[in-house]
Amino acid sequence: MTPGDLIVLQQVNKRYGEHHVLRDVDLTVRQGEVVVIIGPSGAGKSTLCRAINRLESIDSGTITLDGRALPAEGRALARLRAEVGMVFQSFNLFAHKTVLDNVVLGQVHVLKRSRAEAERKARELLDRVGIGAQAAKFPAQLSGGQQQRVAIARALAMDPKAILFDEPTSALDPEMVNEVLEVMTALAREGMTMVVVTHEMGFARRAADRVVFMADGEIVEQNSPDAFFGAPSSDRASSFLAKILTH
Amino acid sequence: MEALLTEGGTILAAFWMTVRLTAVSALGSLVLGTVLTAMRVAPLGALRTAATAYVTVLRNTPLTLVLLFTGLGIGANLGLELSDDIATNNFWLAVIGLTAYTSAFVCEALRSGLNTVSVGQAEAARSLGLGFVRTLALITLPQAFRAVVAPLGSILIALTKNTTIALVVGVSEASVRMRELIETYGDQVIEIFLGFAAGFVLLCLPMGLLFGWLSRRMAVAR
Repeated sequence: MTPGDLIVLQQVNKRYGEHHVLRDVDLTVRQGEVVVIIGPSGAGKSTLCRAINRLESIDSGTITLDGRALPAEGRALARLRAEVGMVFQSFNLFAHKTVLDNVVLGQVHVLKRSRAEAERKARELLDRVGIGAQAAKFPAQLSGGQQQRVAIARALAMDPKAILFDEPTSALDPEMVNEVLEVMTALAREGMTMVVVTHEMGFARRAADRVVFMADGEIVEQNSPDAFFGAPSSDRASSFLAKILTH
Repeated sequence: MEALLTEGGTILAAFWMTVRLTAVSALGSLVLGTVLTAMRVAPLGALRTAATAYVTVLRNTPLTLVLLFTGLGIGANLGLELSDDIATNNFWLAVIGLTAYTSAFVCEALRSGLNTVSVGQAEAARSLGLGFVRTLALITLPQAFRAVVAPLGSILIALTKNTTIALVVGVSEASVRMRELIETYGDQVIEIFLGFAAGFVLLCLPMGLLFGWLSRRMAVAR
C-alpha cells in the first residue's frame, strides 16, 4: 500500500450459501481516480461496490479506507460511512422529506453543521446538479433523472473522500441517462474519487481512469479504457465486449 | 329518557373519565409501542427476543386478565401506590394495564408499517453515517407511522371501548355509571343502554373519520 491509496481491498471473499459472489478480490483505488467496474450480470459488481461501505458484509479478506480497516459495526462504522458517499440504482431519496431536506439531513445530523449552513451548501449543490428550482418538492414529484441528481448532491453534501455509484443509470428512462452521466463526468473531471458500477460503456471510455472487468466474482482484468476497449487481454472480456458493442 | 336527562351531569362525568383513560393510555401505548417496535428490529438479539415475548404474551391474554393483574397483582398484592387518593391510584393502575395491552397491538401495526418502507431507505440513511437509532427515528419510523395511520385509528377506537373493562380495577368510567343507573331506574333499561351506546358511538365516530382523513393526508408518495 502506498500513500494516495484511498480504498484497498485484499483477498476479499463473500458467499451466499453455495454461491461464491466474490473470489479473492484485490482492488486498489487511488486518490482522485475514477474506476469503472463492468461485467455481465451476476459477476459480483454491485456486491463489491456495496462491500466498500459495508452495506454487504464480507466473509474474509480486508478492506481499508484511507489507511484504516473497515470497522465491523457501531459508531466507528457509521463515521466511516459518512466519509464515503453512495449513489444507488433506485435513488433511495428519503420519500417523506423534501429535496432540500434530503441534502440537508446528513449534514445536520452527522456532520453537526448548523441548519443555515447546511441549507446554504444544499442549495449550492442542487444548483450545481441543475435541480435548484425543485428544492421544495418531494422526491416522487421529480423524474428519475432529477432524483438521481439529487442523490448525487446528497452524497456530495457530506464532503466525501470517495463516492460509490451502484448502477446509477440502470433504472432510468433512456432520455434521462445523459443528464446523470454529465453530472458524473463533471465530478470525475474535478478530481472526485469514484467507483462506478455501470453498463454505460460510453461513460467508461470517456471518464474512467481505469476499467475493471469482473466475471463470476473475480476481477478478470483491469486496464486503461483505451487499452481495455481496444484490445482486451482475456477471452471473457472479448466475448463480453463483442456481445454488447456490436449493436 | 327521564333517567338519562336527570342524571345527565353524572353521565357526562363518567364519559369524561372514559376520555381521560383513553387519552392517557393512548399516549402511553404509542410511546411503549414505538419502543417495542424499535426493539423488535434492533441489531441486538436479546432485545428482539424480549420484545417478541412481550408482544406474544400481551396480545394473547384477555384484557380482563391484564387489568385484574395490574389491579390485584401489582396494586393490591405488590402494594404499588401511585397516589394517596384511591380513585387516582386506580386510574393509574388502569392506565398501566390498558397501556401494557394496547402497546402490543401498536407494536404489531408499526412493525407492519416498517415492512412497507423499502430497504433502500435504511441503506441510504446508513450510507450517510446515521446509526441504528437515528435511521429509525429520522427515516424509517416516520414513514412507517404514515403507512399505518388507519390501523392505529382502529386500535384507538378499540382502546376507547376497552376502557369499560377498567371497572375491574374500580375506575368509575361510563360503563360503571350505566350499571348503577340500570339498578336505580329498572324500568328504563333499554333507554339507558341506547343512551350509553350512543355516547360511545359519538366518541368513536369522529376518531374513525379523523384517522381516515389523516391517513389520506399523510400518505407518503413513493
